[in-house]
Amino acid sequence: MMKQQELNKGDNNVNTTTTEPTATEMKKDSAYVVNNLNLWYGEDQALIDVNLDIKKNEVTAIIGPSGCGKSTFIKTLNRMVELVPSVRTNGEILYHGRNIFDRGYRVEDLRTSVGMVFQQPNPFPKSVYDNVAYGPRTHGIKNKKVLDEIVERSLRGAAIWDEVKDRLNENAYGLSGGQQQRLCIARTLAIEPDVILMDEPTSALDPISTLKVEELVQELKEQYSIIIVTHNMQQAARVSDKTAFFLNGEVVEFDVTDKIFSNPSDKRTEDYISGRFG
Amino acid sequence: MALPNSEFKNRKNLMNRETVSQQIKRRLRLNEFFKYVFLAGLVFALLVLSTLIYDVISKGGGWVDLDFLRNFPSRRPEDAGLYPALIGSLWLMLLIVPMVFIIGVGAAIYLEEYAPKNRMTSFIEVNISNLAGVPSIVFGLLGLTIFVRVMELGNSIMAGALTLGLMSLPIVIVASQESLRAVKMELRHASLALGASKWQTTFNVVLPSALPGIITGIILAVSRAIGETAPLIMVGAATFISTTPSSVLSDFTALPIQIYNWTSRPQAEFQNLAAAGIIVLMTMLITMNSVAIYIRNKYTNRH
Repeated sequence: MMKQQELNKGDNNVNTTTTEPTATEMKKDSAYVVNNLNLWYGEDQALIDVNLDIKKNEVTAIIGPSGCGKSTFIKTLNRMVELVPSVRTNGEILYHGRNIFDRGYRVEDLRTSVGMVFQQPNPFPKSVYDNVAYGPRTHGIKNKKVLDEIVERSLRGAAIWDEVKDRLNENAYGLSGGQQQRLCIARTLAIEPDVILMDEPTSALDPISTLKVEELVQELKEQYSIIIVTHNMQQAARVSDKTAFFLNGEVVEFDVTDKIFSNPSDKRTEDYISGRFG
Repeated sequence: MALPNSEFKNRKNLMNRETVSQQIKRRLRLNEFFKYVFLAGLVFALLVLSTLIYDVISKGGGWVDLDFLRNFPSRRPEDAGLYPALIGSLWLMLLIVPMVFIIGVGAAIYLEEYAPKNRMTSFIEVNISNLAGVPSIVFGLLGLTIFVRVMELGNSIMAGALTLGLMSLPIVIVASQESLRAVKMELRHASLALGASKWQTTFNVVLPSALPGIITGIILAVSRAIGETAPLIMVGAATFISTTPSSVLSDFTALPIQIYNWTSRPQAEFQNLAAAGIIVLMTMLITMNSVAIYIRNKYTNRH
Protein backbone atom coordinates (compact mmCIF):
# COMPACT_ATOMS: atom_id res chain seq x y z
CA MET A 1 0.00 0.00 0.00
CA MET A 2 2.64 2.48 1.06
CA LYS A 3 4.78 1.40 -1.81
CA GLN A 4 2.02 1.93 -4.26
CA GLN A 5 1.43 5.41 -2.99
CA GLU A 6 5.06 6.28 -3.31
CA LEU A 7 4.93 4.92 -6.80
CA ASN A 8 1.93 7.05 -7.70
CA LYS A 9 3.54 10.14 -6.41
CA GLY A 10 6.61 9.47 -8.50
CA ASP A 11 4.61 8.62 -11.57
CA ASN A 12 2.15 11.41 -11.59
CA ASN A 13 3.92 14.30 -9.99
CA VAL A 14 1.13 14.51 -7.47
CA ASN A 15 3.42 16.21 -5.08
CA THR A 16 7.08 15.90 -5.71
CA THR A 17 8.01 18.65 -3.31
CA THR A 18 9.77 17.22 -0.35
CA THR A 19 10.66 20.62 1.02
CA GLU A 20 8.00 22.99 2.27
CA PRO A 21 6.91 25.24 -0.57
CA THR A 22 6.68 28.78 0.66
CA ALA A 23 4.67 31.61 -0.77
CA THR A 24 7.51 32.77 -2.95
CA GLU A 25 8.33 29.31 -4.14
CA MET A 26 4.76 28.56 -5.07
CA LYS A 27 4.28 28.34 -8.76
CA LYS A 28 2.53 31.34 -10.26
CA ASP A 29 0.11 29.18 -12.22
CA SER A 30 -1.28 27.37 -9.20
CA ALA A 31 -4.66 28.30 -7.79
CA TYR A 32 -4.34 26.02 -4.81
CA VAL A 33 -1.47 24.01 -3.41
CA VAL A 34 -2.63 21.48 -0.84
CA ASN A 35 0.04 20.04 1.41
CA ASN A 36 -0.48 17.04 3.70
CA LEU A 37 -4.07 17.93 4.46
CA ASN A 38 -5.74 15.78 7.10
CA LEU A 39 -9.28 16.28 8.31
CA TRP A 40 -11.31 14.64 11.05
CA TYR A 41 -15.01 14.72 11.89
CA GLY A 42 -14.73 14.01 15.59
CA GLU A 43 -12.82 10.74 15.68
CA ASP A 44 -13.38 9.78 12.05
CA GLN A 45 -10.68 10.78 9.64
CA ALA A 46 -12.26 11.93 6.38
CA LEU A 47 -9.18 13.18 4.54
CA ILE A 48 -5.80 11.49 4.77
CA ASP A 49 -2.65 13.24 3.69
CA VAL A 50 -4.08 14.97 0.66
CA ASN A 51 -1.55 16.61 -1.65
CA LEU A 52 -2.74 18.40 -4.75
CA ASP A 53 -1.55 21.20 -6.97
CA ILE A 54 -4.56 22.77 -8.66
CA LYS A 55 -3.75 24.94 -11.63
CA LYS A 56 -5.30 28.24 -12.60
CA ASN A 57 -7.75 28.45 -15.48
CA GLU A 58 -8.27 24.75 -15.61
CA VAL A 59 -11.18 22.57 -14.73
CA THR A 60 -10.19 20.08 -12.07
CA ALA A 61 -12.65 17.27 -11.54
CA ILE A 62 -12.82 15.32 -8.32
CA ILE A 63 -14.31 11.86 -8.62
CA GLY A 64 -14.75 8.93 -6.31
CA PRO A 65 -17.41 6.77 -4.70
CA SER A 66 -19.85 8.12 -2.07
CA GLY A 67 -18.18 8.84 1.23
CA CYS A 68 -14.67 9.09 -0.23
CA GLY A 69 -14.23 12.64 1.05
CA LYS A 70 -14.56 14.53 -2.22
CA SER A 71 -17.31 16.81 -0.96
CA THR A 72 -15.46 17.32 2.30
CA PHE A 73 -12.35 18.25 0.35
CA ILE A 74 -14.01 20.86 -1.84
CA LYS A 75 -15.73 22.39 1.20
CA THR A 76 -12.34 22.64 2.88
CA LEU A 77 -11.08 24.82 0.04
CA ASN A 78 -13.36 27.68 1.14
CA ARG A 79 -13.49 26.52 4.75
CA MET A 80 -17.24 25.89 4.63
CA VAL A 81 -16.48 22.52 6.18
CA GLU A 82 -15.82 24.31 9.45
CA LEU A 83 -19.55 24.90 9.87
CA VAL A 84 -19.60 21.33 11.17
CA PRO A 85 -18.67 21.89 14.81
CA SER A 86 -16.54 18.78 15.33
CA VAL A 87 -14.18 19.37 12.37
CA ARG A 88 -10.43 19.37 12.96
CA THR A 89 -7.78 19.85 10.28
CA ASN A 90 -4.03 19.91 9.93
CA GLY A 91 -1.70 20.46 7.02
CA GLU A 92 -1.94 23.50 4.81
CA ILE A 93 -3.83 24.80 1.83
CA LEU A 94 -2.01 27.58 0.03
CA TYR A 95 -4.30 29.90 -1.85
CA HIS A 96 -2.50 32.67 -3.71
CA GLY A 97 0.49 31.66 -1.65
CA ARG A 98 -1.15 32.09 1.74
CA ASN A 99 -2.21 29.29 4.02
CA ILE A 100 -5.98 29.61 4.41
CA PHE A 101 -5.76 28.07 7.89
CA ASP A 102 -3.55 30.91 9.12
CA ARG A 103 -4.80 32.53 12.26
CA GLY A 104 -5.17 35.93 10.66
CA TYR A 105 -6.88 34.67 7.52
CA ARG A 106 -10.48 35.83 7.46
CA VAL A 107 -12.89 33.32 5.91
CA GLU A 108 -14.92 36.24 4.56
CA ASP A 109 -11.92 37.30 2.45
CA LEU A 110 -11.37 33.78 1.22
CA ARG A 111 -15.01 33.26 0.29
CA THR A 112 -15.11 36.55 -1.58
CA SER A 113 -12.56 35.29 -4.09
CA VAL A 114 -13.60 31.63 -4.00
CA GLY A 115 -17.21 31.14 -5.05
CA MET A 116 -19.21 28.01 -4.46
CA VAL A 117 -22.08 26.32 -6.25
CA PHE A 118 -23.94 23.70 -4.25
CA GLN A 119 -25.46 20.34 -4.99
CA GLN A 120 -29.05 21.53 -4.60
CA PRO A 121 -29.87 24.86 -6.25
CA ASN A 122 -30.25 27.20 -3.27
CA PRO A 123 -31.44 30.61 -4.45
CA PHE A 124 -32.63 33.03 -1.78
CA PRO A 125 -36.39 33.55 -1.54
CA LYS A 126 -35.88 36.91 -3.20
CA SER A 127 -36.19 38.28 -6.71
CA VAL A 128 -33.81 37.17 -9.46
CA TYR A 129 -32.17 40.59 -9.32
CA ASP A 130 -31.74 40.57 -5.55
CA ASN A 131 -30.25 37.09 -5.66
CA VAL A 132 -27.47 38.16 -7.98
CA ALA A 133 -27.00 41.52 -6.28
CA TYR A 134 -26.76 39.89 -2.85
CA GLY A 135 -23.00 39.33 -2.98
CA PRO A 136 -22.01 42.81 -4.24
CA ARG A 137 -24.44 44.43 -1.79
CA THR A 138 -22.93 42.39 1.01
CA HIS A 139 -19.56 43.79 0.07
CA GLY A 140 -20.83 47.33 0.20
CA ILE A 141 -21.81 48.22 -3.36
CA LYS A 142 -24.87 50.46 -3.23
CA ASN A 143 -24.72 52.32 -6.55
CA LYS A 144 -27.73 51.18 -8.58
CA LYS A 145 -25.94 51.58 -11.91
CA VAL A 146 -22.99 49.47 -10.84
CA LEU A 147 -25.33 46.83 -9.40
CA ASP A 148 -27.37 46.77 -12.62
CA GLU A 149 -24.21 46.20 -14.60
CA ILE A 150 -22.94 43.45 -12.31
CA VAL A 151 -26.32 41.71 -12.39
CA GLU A 152 -26.56 41.77 -16.17
CA ARG A 153 -22.96 40.69 -16.68
CA SER A 154 -23.27 37.86 -14.17
CA LEU A 155 -26.53 36.60 -15.64
CA ARG A 156 -25.03 36.72 -19.12
CA GLY A 157 -21.94 34.96 -17.82
CA ALA A 158 -24.13 32.18 -16.46
CA ALA A 159 -25.99 31.92 -19.79
CA ILE A 160 -29.36 32.69 -18.25
CA TRP A 161 -29.79 36.38 -19.11
CA ASP A 162 -32.09 35.79 -22.08
CA GLU A 163 -34.37 33.58 -20.02
CA VAL A 164 -34.76 35.94 -17.07
CA LYS A 165 -34.17 39.46 -18.40
CA ASP A 166 -37.92 40.15 -18.41
CA ARG A 167 -38.54 38.71 -14.97
CA LEU A 168 -35.72 40.17 -12.91
CA ASN A 169 -38.18 41.23 -10.24
CA GLU A 170 -39.93 37.91 -9.97
CA ASN A 171 -39.16 35.51 -7.19
CA ALA A 172 -36.34 33.11 -8.01
CA TYR A 173 -38.40 30.22 -6.67
CA GLY A 174 -40.53 30.46 -9.80
CA LEU A 175 -37.61 29.35 -12.00
CA SER A 176 -37.05 25.75 -12.99
CA GLY A 177 -34.40 23.69 -11.21
CA GLY A 178 -31.88 24.10 -14.02
CA GLN A 179 -32.49 27.84 -14.21
CA GLN A 180 -32.14 28.11 -10.44
CA GLN A 181 -28.77 26.40 -10.60
CA ARG A 182 -27.54 28.74 -13.32
CA LEU A 183 -28.88 31.63 -11.27
CA CYS A 184 -26.77 30.36 -8.38
CA ILE A 185 -23.77 30.30 -10.70
CA ALA A 186 -24.58 33.89 -11.71
CA ARG A 187 -24.83 34.81 -8.02
CA THR A 188 -21.35 33.37 -7.55
CA LEU A 189 -19.96 35.21 -10.60
CA ALA A 190 -21.30 38.46 -9.16
CA ILE A 191 -18.70 38.49 -6.39
CA GLU A 192 -16.07 38.30 -9.14
CA PRO A 193 -14.21 35.30 -7.75
CA ASP A 194 -10.99 33.76 -9.06
CA VAL A 195 -11.98 30.20 -8.26
CA ILE A 196 -15.38 28.54 -8.50
CA LEU A 197 -16.01 25.42 -6.45
CA MET A 198 -18.83 23.23 -7.69
CA ASP A 199 -20.12 20.47 -5.45
CA GLU A 200 -22.00 18.06 -7.72
CA PRO A 201 -23.75 20.97 -9.42
CA THR A 202 -25.80 18.86 -11.80
CA SER A 203 -26.87 15.98 -9.59
CA ALA A 204 -30.33 17.49 -9.07
CA LEU A 205 -30.80 18.51 -12.72
CA ASP A 206 -32.31 16.90 -15.80
CA PRO A 207 -30.02 15.96 -18.73
CA ILE A 208 -30.68 19.11 -20.76
CA SER A 209 -30.01 21.43 -17.84
CA THR A 210 -26.94 19.34 -17.06
CA LEU A 211 -25.68 19.88 -20.58
CA LYS A 212 -26.19 23.62 -20.27
CA VAL A 213 -24.25 23.75 -17.02
CA GLU A 214 -21.45 21.68 -18.55
CA GLU A 215 -21.19 24.00 -21.54
CA LEU A 216 -21.13 26.87 -19.13
CA VAL A 217 -18.24 25.33 -17.21
CA GLN A 218 -16.29 25.15 -20.48
CA GLU A 219 -16.88 28.85 -21.13
CA LEU A 220 -16.10 29.89 -17.58
CA LYS A 221 -12.73 28.23 -17.40
CA GLU A 222 -11.27 30.92 -19.65
CA GLN A 223 -11.52 33.33 -16.76
CA TYR A 224 -11.90 31.21 -13.68
CA SER A 225 -10.28 28.20 -12.10
CA ILE A 226 -12.97 25.61 -11.59
CA ILE A 227 -12.97 22.68 -9.23
CA ILE A 228 -15.90 20.39 -9.74
CA VAL A 229 -16.95 17.40 -7.66
CA THR A 230 -18.96 14.92 -9.63
CA HIS A 231 -20.49 11.51 -9.31
CA ASN A 232 -20.76 11.25 -13.01
CA MET A 233 -17.57 9.99 -14.63
CA GLN A 234 -18.66 10.89 -18.14
CA GLN A 235 -19.12 14.40 -16.87
CA ALA A 236 -15.61 14.47 -15.44
CA ALA A 237 -14.27 13.17 -18.76
CA ARG A 238 -16.28 15.74 -20.74
CA VAL A 239 -15.57 18.89 -18.79
CA SER A 240 -12.28 18.61 -16.98
CA ASP A 241 -8.61 19.06 -17.78
CA LYS A 242 -7.33 17.28 -14.70
CA THR A 243 -8.98 14.65 -12.59
CA ALA A 244 -8.32 13.58 -9.03
CA PHE A 245 -9.59 10.21 -7.91
CA PHE A 246 -10.41 10.02 -4.20
CA LEU A 247 -10.90 6.78 -2.31
CA ASN A 248 -11.49 6.46 1.44
CA GLY A 249 -10.17 9.96 2.07
CA GLU A 250 -6.99 9.57 0.06
CA VAL A 251 -6.00 10.87 -3.34
CA VAL A 252 -5.30 7.68 -5.29
CA GLU A 253 -4.42 9.37 -8.52
CA PHE A 254 -4.25 12.90 -9.88
CA ASP A 255 -3.44 13.44 -13.50
CA VAL A 256 -4.52 14.79 -16.84
CA THR A 257 -8.11 13.70 -17.42
CA ASP A 258 -7.37 11.90 -20.69
CA LYS A 259 -4.72 9.82 -19.02
CA ILE A 260 -6.92 8.96 -16.04
CA PHE A 261 -9.66 7.71 -18.31
CA SER A 262 -7.54 6.00 -20.95
CA ASN A 263 -4.51 4.76 -19.11
CA PRO A 264 -4.73 5.08 -15.34
CA SER A 265 -1.62 4.14 -13.40
CA ASP A 266 -3.40 2.76 -10.39
CA LYS A 267 -5.42 -0.44 -10.45
CA ARG A 268 -8.04 1.07 -8.14
CA THR A 269 -8.60 4.00 -10.49
CA GLU A 270 -9.03 1.61 -13.36
CA ASP A 271 -11.50 -0.49 -11.39
CA TYR A 272 -13.51 2.57 -10.47
CA ILE A 273 -13.69 4.19 -13.88
CA SER A 274 -14.53 0.91 -15.56
CA GLY A 275 -17.43 0.56 -13.12
CA ARG A 276 -16.18 -2.42 -11.18
CA PHE A 277 -17.05 -0.73 -7.90
CA GLY A 278 -18.51 2.50 -6.55
CA MET B 1 -21.98 -13.30 -6.34
CA ALA B 2 -25.47 -14.06 -5.09
CA LEU B 3 -27.95 -11.48 -6.22
CA PRO B 4 -30.18 -10.22 -3.46
CA ASN B 5 -33.16 -11.42 -5.45
CA SER B 6 -32.12 -15.05 -5.56
CA GLU B 7 -34.15 -15.73 -2.43
CA PHE B 8 -37.27 -14.87 -4.33
CA LYS B 9 -36.65 -17.32 -7.12
CA ASN B 10 -38.74 -20.11 -5.65
CA ARG B 11 -40.85 -17.91 -3.53
CA LYS B 12 -43.42 -19.16 -1.13
CA ASN B 13 -45.71 -16.44 0.10
CA LEU B 14 -45.73 -16.04 3.84
CA MET B 15 -48.67 -13.68 3.82
CA ASN B 16 -52.06 -15.20 3.15
CA ARG B 17 -54.07 -13.02 0.78
CA GLU B 18 -57.34 -14.18 2.32
CA THR B 19 -56.48 -13.08 5.85
CA VAL B 20 -54.88 -9.88 4.61
CA SER B 21 -58.07 -9.00 2.79
CA GLN B 22 -60.07 -9.69 5.98
CA GLN B 23 -57.72 -7.49 7.87
CA ILE B 24 -57.98 -4.64 5.41
CA LYS B 25 -61.74 -4.64 5.97
CA ARG B 26 -61.22 -4.26 9.70
CA ARG B 27 -58.63 -1.55 9.22
CA LEU B 28 -60.91 0.44 6.97
CA ARG B 29 -63.72 0.23 9.53
CA LEU B 30 -61.35 1.56 12.18
CA ASN B 31 -60.32 4.28 9.77
CA GLU B 32 -63.93 5.36 9.38
CA PHE B 33 -64.50 5.22 13.13
CA PHE B 34 -61.61 7.52 13.92
CA LYS B 35 -62.71 10.00 11.30
CA TYR B 36 -65.92 10.50 13.30
CA VAL B 37 -64.07 10.61 16.62
CA PHE B 38 -61.97 13.52 15.34
CA LEU B 39 -64.99 15.22 13.81
CA ALA B 40 -66.74 14.95 17.20
CA GLY B 41 -63.76 16.68 18.80
CA LEU B 42 -64.04 19.58 16.39
CA VAL B 43 -67.83 19.85 16.79
CA PHE B 44 -67.51 19.86 20.58
CA ALA B 45 -64.92 22.64 20.52
CA LEU B 46 -67.03 24.72 18.16
CA LEU B 47 -70.15 24.15 20.28
CA VAL B 48 -68.46 25.34 23.46
CA LEU B 49 -67.05 28.36 21.69
CA SER B 50 -70.30 29.36 20.06
CA THR B 51 -72.22 28.89 23.34
CA LEU B 52 -69.77 31.23 25.04
CA ILE B 53 -69.98 33.80 22.30
CA TYR B 54 -73.80 33.56 22.21
CA ASP B 55 -74.02 33.96 25.99
CA VAL B 56 -71.72 36.97 26.02
CA ILE B 57 -73.37 38.69 23.10
CA SER B 58 -76.92 38.09 24.33
CA LYS B 59 -76.05 39.55 27.73
CA GLY B 60 -73.71 42.35 26.77
CA GLY B 61 -74.52 43.07 23.15
CA GLY B 62 -77.02 45.79 24.00
CA TRP B 63 -74.55 47.56 26.27
CA VAL B 64 -71.73 48.07 23.79
CA ASP B 65 -72.00 51.54 22.28
CA LEU B 66 -69.82 54.60 21.88
CA ASP B 67 -70.63 55.84 25.38
CA PHE B 68 -69.54 52.52 26.81
CA LEU B 69 -66.16 52.95 25.13
CA ARG B 70 -65.88 56.65 26.07
CA ASN B 71 -67.15 56.75 29.67
CA PHE B 72 -65.37 56.20 32.92
CA PRO B 73 -66.60 53.47 35.27
CA SER B 74 -69.54 54.56 37.37
CA ARG B 75 -71.73 53.33 40.17
CA ARG B 76 -74.72 53.66 37.87
CA PRO B 77 -74.54 50.88 35.30
CA GLU B 78 -76.16 52.91 32.52
CA ASP B 79 -73.36 55.53 32.75
CA ALA B 80 -70.48 53.12 33.25
CA GLY B 81 -67.82 52.69 30.57
CA LEU B 82 -64.42 51.17 30.23
CA TYR B 83 -62.47 54.02 28.64
CA PRO B 84 -59.55 53.98 31.13
CA ALA B 85 -59.31 50.20 30.95
CA LEU B 86 -59.23 50.28 27.14
CA ILE B 87 -56.51 52.94 27.16
CA GLY B 88 -54.61 51.01 29.84
CA SER B 89 -54.67 47.84 27.76
CA LEU B 90 -53.46 49.71 24.68
CA TRP B 91 -50.63 51.26 26.69
CA LEU B 92 -49.63 47.81 27.92
CA MET B 93 -49.60 46.46 24.39
CA LEU B 94 -47.49 49.34 23.07
CA LEU B 95 -44.91 48.71 25.77
CA ILE B 96 -44.90 44.91 25.63
CA VAL B 97 -44.50 44.47 21.88
CA PRO B 98 -41.16 46.25 21.41
CA MET B 99 -39.89 44.80 24.68
CA VAL B 100 -40.52 41.17 23.76
CA PHE B 101 -39.47 41.75 20.15
CA ILE B 102 -36.05 43.08 21.01
CA ILE B 103 -35.26 40.82 23.94
CA GLY B 104 -37.08 37.70 22.77
CA VAL B 105 -35.90 37.67 19.17
CA GLY B 106 -32.40 38.64 20.28
CA ALA B 107 -32.23 35.74 22.70
CA ALA B 108 -33.60 33.37 20.06
CA ILE B 109 -31.05 34.52 17.46
CA TYR B 110 -28.23 34.05 19.92
CA LEU B 111 -29.38 30.57 20.89
CA GLU B 112 -30.00 29.40 17.31
CA GLU B 113 -27.29 31.14 15.32
CA TYR B 114 -24.42 31.87 17.65
CA ALA B 115 -24.46 29.70 20.77
CA PRO B 116 -22.38 26.52 20.61
CA LYS B 117 -24.57 23.45 20.72
CA ASN B 118 -23.54 22.03 24.07
CA ARG B 119 -25.09 20.95 27.35
CA MET B 120 -25.22 24.45 28.73
CA THR B 121 -27.23 25.66 25.74
CA SER B 122 -29.68 22.81 25.87
CA PHE B 123 -30.02 23.29 29.65
CA ILE B 124 -30.94 26.92 29.03
CA GLU B 125 -33.35 25.97 26.25
CA VAL B 126 -35.16 23.42 28.41
CA ASN B 127 -35.54 26.01 31.15
CA ILE B 128 -36.93 28.62 28.80
CA SER B 129 -39.54 26.10 27.68
CA ASN B 130 -40.30 25.38 31.32
CA LEU B 131 -40.76 29.08 32.02
CA ALA B 132 -43.47 29.14 29.35
CA GLY B 133 -45.46 26.79 31.57
CA VAL B 134 -45.09 28.74 34.81
CA PRO B 135 -48.51 29.99 36.07
CA SER B 136 -49.08 33.67 35.41
CA ILE B 137 -49.69 34.40 39.11
CA VAL B 138 -46.07 33.47 39.78
CA PHE B 139 -44.93 36.09 37.27
CA GLY B 140 -47.25 38.48 39.08
CA LEU B 141 -45.50 37.81 42.39
CA LEU B 142 -42.13 38.29 40.74
CA GLY B 143 -43.31 41.56 39.20
CA LEU B 144 -44.61 42.76 42.57
CA THR B 145 -41.27 42.05 44.24
CA ILE B 146 -38.89 43.29 41.57
CA PHE B 147 -40.67 45.97 39.57
CA VAL B 148 -43.12 47.39 42.11
CA ARG B 149 -41.02 47.17 45.27
CA VAL B 150 -37.30 46.88 44.44
CA MET B 151 -37.31 49.10 41.36
CA GLU B 152 -39.94 51.31 43.02
CA LEU B 153 -42.07 51.61 39.91
CA GLY B 154 -45.20 51.44 42.07
CA ASN B 155 -48.52 50.23 40.68
CA SER B 156 -47.64 51.76 37.32
CA ILE B 157 -48.20 50.81 33.71
CA MET B 158 -44.47 50.17 33.43
CA ALA B 159 -44.55 47.64 36.25
CA GLY B 160 -47.54 45.91 34.64
CA ALA B 161 -45.95 45.90 31.18
CA LEU B 162 -42.63 44.56 32.46
CA THR B 163 -44.43 41.79 34.34
CA LEU B 164 -46.57 40.80 31.35
CA GLY B 165 -43.56 41.14 29.04
CA LEU B 166 -41.55 38.81 31.22
CA MET B 167 -44.44 36.36 31.12
CA SER B 168 -44.60 36.50 27.30
CA LEU B 169 -40.85 36.22 26.74
CA PRO B 170 -40.49 32.43 26.96
CA ILE B 171 -43.26 31.92 24.43
CA VAL B 172 -41.72 34.49 22.10
CA ILE B 173 -38.26 32.97 22.43
CA VAL B 174 -39.47 29.43 21.77
CA ALA B 175 -41.63 30.51 18.79
CA SER B 176 -38.78 32.58 17.33
CA GLN B 177 -36.30 29.75 17.79
CA GLU B 178 -38.62 27.41 15.96
CA SER B 179 -39.04 29.76 13.02
CA LEU B 180 -35.29 30.38 12.86
CA ARG B 181 -34.66 26.65 12.91
CA ALA B 182 -37.13 26.17 10.07
CA VAL B 183 -35.00 28.35 7.75
CA LYS B 184 -33.14 25.99 5.47
CA MET B 185 -29.45 25.49 6.20
CA GLU B 186 -28.74 25.79 2.45
CA LEU B 187 -29.74 29.46 2.53
CA ARG B 188 -27.27 30.21 5.29
CA HIS B 189 -24.58 28.31 3.37
CA ALA B 190 -25.35 30.24 0.18
CA SER B 191 -24.88 33.52 1.97
CA LEU B 192 -21.77 32.50 3.91
CA ALA B 193 -20.18 31.10 0.74
CA LEU B 194 -20.51 34.54 -0.86
CA GLY B 195 -18.34 35.99 1.87
CA ALA B 196 -21.13 37.42 4.00
CA SER B 197 -20.50 37.57 7.73
CA LYS B 198 -22.70 35.72 10.17
CA TRP B 199 -24.55 38.90 11.10
CA GLN B 200 -25.18 39.79 7.43
CA THR B 201 -26.41 36.26 6.83
CA THR B 202 -28.69 36.36 9.85
CA PHE B 203 -30.06 39.81 9.14
CA ASN B 204 -30.46 39.61 5.36
CA VAL B 205 -31.35 35.98 4.78
CA VAL B 206 -32.37 34.14 7.94
CA LEU B 207 -34.44 36.81 9.67
CA PRO B 208 -36.61 37.77 6.66
CA SER B 209 -37.47 34.11 6.15
CA ALA B 210 -38.23 33.59 9.83
CA LEU B 211 -40.10 36.85 10.35
CA PRO B 212 -43.66 35.67 9.63
CA GLY B 213 -43.32 32.94 12.24
CA ILE B 214 -41.70 35.30 14.71
CA ILE B 215 -44.41 37.94 14.31
CA THR B 216 -47.13 35.33 14.68
CA GLY B 217 -45.50 34.12 17.89
CA ILE B 218 -45.23 37.63 19.28
CA ILE B 219 -48.82 38.54 18.52
CA LEU B 220 -50.14 35.33 20.04
CA ALA B 221 -48.01 35.81 23.16
CA VAL B 222 -49.06 39.44 23.50
CA SER B 223 -52.74 38.57 22.97
CA ARG B 224 -52.44 36.14 25.83
CA ALA B 225 -50.76 38.75 27.99
CA ILE B 226 -53.47 41.32 27.25
CA GLY B 227 -56.11 38.88 28.45
CA GLU B 228 -54.28 38.12 31.71
CA THR B 229 -55.80 39.25 35.02
CA ALA B 230 -53.81 37.56 37.78
CA PRO B 231 -50.39 39.19 37.28
CA LEU B 232 -51.98 42.62 36.98
CA ILE B 233 -53.87 42.14 40.23
CA MET B 234 -50.58 41.19 41.88
CA VAL B 235 -48.76 44.29 40.67
CA GLY B 236 -51.70 46.31 41.89
CA ALA B 237 -53.53 47.60 38.82
CA ALA B 238 -56.30 49.85 40.10
CA THR B 239 -59.86 48.62 39.94
CA PHE B 240 -61.17 52.14 39.80
CA ILE B 241 -59.43 55.21 38.46
CA SER B 242 -60.96 58.47 37.37
CA THR B 243 -58.20 59.66 35.04
CA THR B 244 -56.53 58.15 32.03
CA PRO B 245 -52.80 57.44 32.38
CA SER B 246 -50.58 60.34 31.46
CA SER B 247 -47.23 58.55 31.47
CA VAL B 248 -45.81 55.07 31.85
CA LEU B 249 -45.51 55.68 35.57
CA SER B 250 -49.21 56.47 36.09
CA ASP B 251 -51.65 54.23 37.86
CA PHE B 252 -53.72 52.27 35.42
CA THR B 253 -56.33 49.66 34.93
CA ALA B 254 -56.82 47.19 32.12
CA LEU B 255 -59.73 45.46 30.41
CA PRO B 256 -59.51 42.11 32.24
CA ILE B 257 -59.32 43.93 35.58
CA GLN B 258 -62.36 46.02 34.76
CA ILE B 259 -64.27 42.93 33.67
CA TYR B 260 -63.23 41.09 36.82
CA ASN B 261 -64.34 44.02 38.89
CA TRP B 262 -67.78 44.17 37.29
CA THR B 263 -68.42 40.44 37.62
CA SER B 264 -67.81 40.63 41.35
CA ARG B 265 -70.67 43.11 41.86
CA PRO B 266 -74.05 41.83 42.97
CA GLN B 267 -76.30 43.83 40.59
CA ALA B 268 -77.36 42.03 37.42
CA GLU B 269 -76.65 45.09 35.26
CA PHE B 270 -72.98 44.90 36.11
CA GLN B 271 -72.92 41.29 34.95
CA ASN B 272 -74.14 42.55 31.61
CA LEU B 273 -71.50 45.26 31.62
CA ALA B 274 -68.89 42.58 32.21
CA ALA B 275 -70.22 40.72 29.19
CA ALA B 276 -70.00 43.93 27.17
CA GLY B 277 -66.41 44.32 28.36
CA ILE B 278 -65.65 40.80 27.24
CA ILE B 279 -67.00 41.64 23.79
CA VAL B 280 -64.61 44.60 23.56
CA LEU B 281 -61.64 42.52 24.78
CA MET B 282 -62.50 39.69 22.42
CA THR B 283 -62.82 42.04 19.47
CA MET B 284 -59.39 43.42 20.28
CA LEU B 285 -57.84 39.96 20.50
CA ILE B 286 -59.52 38.69 17.33
CA THR B 287 -58.29 41.77 15.49
CA MET B 288 -54.75 41.12 16.68
CA ASN B 289 -54.89 37.47 15.69
CA SER B 290 -56.28 38.39 12.28
CA VAL B 291 -53.35 40.72 11.79
CA ALA B 292 -51.03 37.86 12.72
CA ILE B 293 -52.65 35.55 10.19
CA TYR B 294 -52.61 38.25 7.53
CA ILE B 295 -48.92 38.93 8.03
CA ARG B 296 -48.08 35.25 7.97
CA ASN B 297 -49.99 34.64 4.75
CA LYS B 298 -48.63 37.71 3.06
CA TYR B 299 -45.01 36.76 3.68
CA THR B 300 -45.45 33.03 3.22
CA ASN B 301 -46.91 33.50 -0.26
CA ARG B 302 -43.95 35.56 -1.31
CA HIS B 303 -41.49 32.79 -0.51
